[in-house]
Amino acid sequence: MATMKYAGISVEVDDEGYMTDHSQWSEDIAQAIAAEEGIKLTDDHWQVINILHDQMNTKEQLPTIRSLKKLGVETKRLYELFPGGPVKKASRVAGYLKPASCV
Amino acid sequence: MKRILILGAGTAGTMMVNHLSRKIDTAKWTITVVDEHATHYYQPGFLFIPFGIYSPDQVRKPKAQFIPSGVELVQEKVEVIETDKNSVTLSDGRTLEYAILIIATGARIVPEETEGLAGQHWHDTAFDFYTIEGATALRDRLNGWDGGNLVVHIAEMPIKCPVAPLEFIFLADDFFRRRKMRDRVKLTLVTPLSGAFTKPIASGVLGHILEEKEIDLVPDFEVESVDGSARRISSYGGKSVEYDLLASIPTNMGDSLIERSGLGDDLNFVPTHKNTLQAKVKENVFVIGDATDVPASKAGSVAHFESDVLTENILRFIEGKPLAEDFDGHANCFIESGNRKGFLIDFNYDVEPVEGTFPFAGIGPFGLLKETTMNHLGKLAFRPMYWYLLLKGRPMPFITTQLTLRGKKISKEAQQWRP
Repeated sequence: MATMKYAGISVEVDDEGYMTDHSQWSEDIAQAIAAEEGIKLTDDHWQVINILHDQMNTKEQLPTIRSLKKLGVETKRLYELFPGGPVKKASRVAGYLKPASCV
Repeated sequence: MKRILILGAGTAGTMMVNHLSRKIDTAKWTITVVDEHATHYYQPGFLFIPFGIYSPDQVRKPKAQFIPSGVELVQEKVEVIETDKNSVTLSDGRTLEYAILIIATGARIVPEETEGLAGQHWHDTAFDFYTIEGATALRDRLNGWDGGNLVVHIAEMPIKCPVAPLEFIFLADDFFRRRKMRDRVKLTLVTPLSGAFTKPIASGVLGHILEEKEIDLVPDFEVESVDGSARRISSYGGKSVEYDLLASIPTNMGDSLIERSGLGDDLNFVPTHKNTLQAKVKENVFVIGDATDVPASKAGSVAHFESDVLTENILRFIEGKPLAEDFDGHANCFIESGNRKGFLIDFNYDVEPVEGTFPFAGIGPFGLLKETTMNHLGKLAFRPMYWYLLLKGRPMPFITTQLTLRGKKISKEAQQWRP
C-alpha cells in the first residue's frame, strides 16, 4: 500500500500502482495514470474505460479481451490503445485493481 | 424416485458418481450419468506419449469400468440443458428430468480460436498434446525429426494443467539430450504470462530451471495469428517467433453444450460459487472440475478435492441444510522436469506454491517446489492411483481436502498473495 499524488489529489494504490479505492477516481486522475503508462487518452481510450466502468457497475466484473471484442472493441485496436497488457493497463487507468490473473 | 443427473463421465463426473452412489439413499434417489464417449483417457498421461514414455494403451480404459452397478450410464450426446424445466434433452430426442444436476462436462482445446492454427498444417508442423490424436501425431513427427526450432506456445489462459507446457518442454530437453541431438534443437517457450508460471514464487524457481536447461522464454506474448506456411506465430504487440515444429496449447473452452444452453461465460465456463460449487444460475445445479469458472487450476487434483466438498454439499442440499463453503481452491501437482526428476507444488486460492515437505512436515517424502527423484517417482505412481483410487472416489492416502500449511515455508508474501 502506498499513497500517490495524481492531479493534485492523494490516492491510495497497491504495490503495483493500482487504485485500491475506486471512489477516489476521477477523469483527471485517469489522465495522470495514463500519462505514467505513456498513454495520452483519446475518445477511443475513453470508450474502453467507460465499458470497464459499465461492466463493473452492472456485473462487478472486469471484461476480458474476448468480451470487449463482443462489445465492439477489436482486439488489434485494444492492443494499439493500451500496448502490452490492455486489460491490465485499462483497469489501472479506470481506477480498478489488477484483474485476477490466471491460475 | 428422484434423479441426480451427472453430465460428463470424465475425471470429475466419475468421481461424483462413485462418491454419491455410496452415500445417497437408493430407496429415494437414482443416479444417471450421461457421456457421449465410451473411452476414459488419463489426460495427464498425454504429456508422456510424444516422447514414447507411455503408450496410448496405458492412458485409456472403458468409462463403463468405473461406473458402479446401480448407476445408469447413458452414452449419448446432450443437446441442451433447460434449467427452468429441470431437464436436459439428448441428441436422440429423449428428455431426462432431474432434481439435482451436476455439470462435469470439462474443457477442451479449440485451435480454431487462433487464426491460422487449425489449418492444413495442423498435426503436420503444428501440434497439440492435449488430445490422444495430437499426442500420437507429435510422437510420430518427433521420431524422424533431425532438429531445428521447437516452439511450445500457450495461446491464452486458463488452460488445463497450467504446468503441462513447462513439463513438455523439460521432457523435450531430456528427450533430445538422450538422443544426443540437443545441440541441434532450439527450445523456446512462448507464453502470454509474464514469466514461466502463473504464481510468482514458483515462476521464479521454474524460470531458473528454464535457464539452466538453455530453454528460451518469450513472455507477454498475446498471439494474434499463426502462419503455417511461413511457420511463424505473431503477437498483437508486433512480435513474432519462427518455428520448425510448433507444440501449441490452444485456447481452452468449456463444452459447446454450455454455450447452446446459455449457461457459460465468454469461454463457455459455468459461473460457479468458488467455495460451495453451486452454479450461480439455479440452486439445484452444481458444477465440478474443468467446467467451472472458479479461479483454481483446471486439474484432476482440483476435481478430486472438489468432489469431497461437492459430495457433502449434495447431501446437505438434499437434507435442506445450508451448503458448506469448504472448497479452498486446493491443487496438488507434480511437475516432471526431465532426467527422472520432478517438482511438487501444493497451493490454493490464497496460498501460492512454496518450498517445504509433503505430506509430512519435515519428513516428506516429497519435496515441495524442489527438484527431486522422489517427486518424479510420485508422478509415475500416480497413474495406477488415478485408475484404482481417485476415479473410484476412494481417499488418497495422507492427502487432505483442504490445503494444510504444515511443512510449508510460508513467508508473508506467499500468504498475502492474491490472484
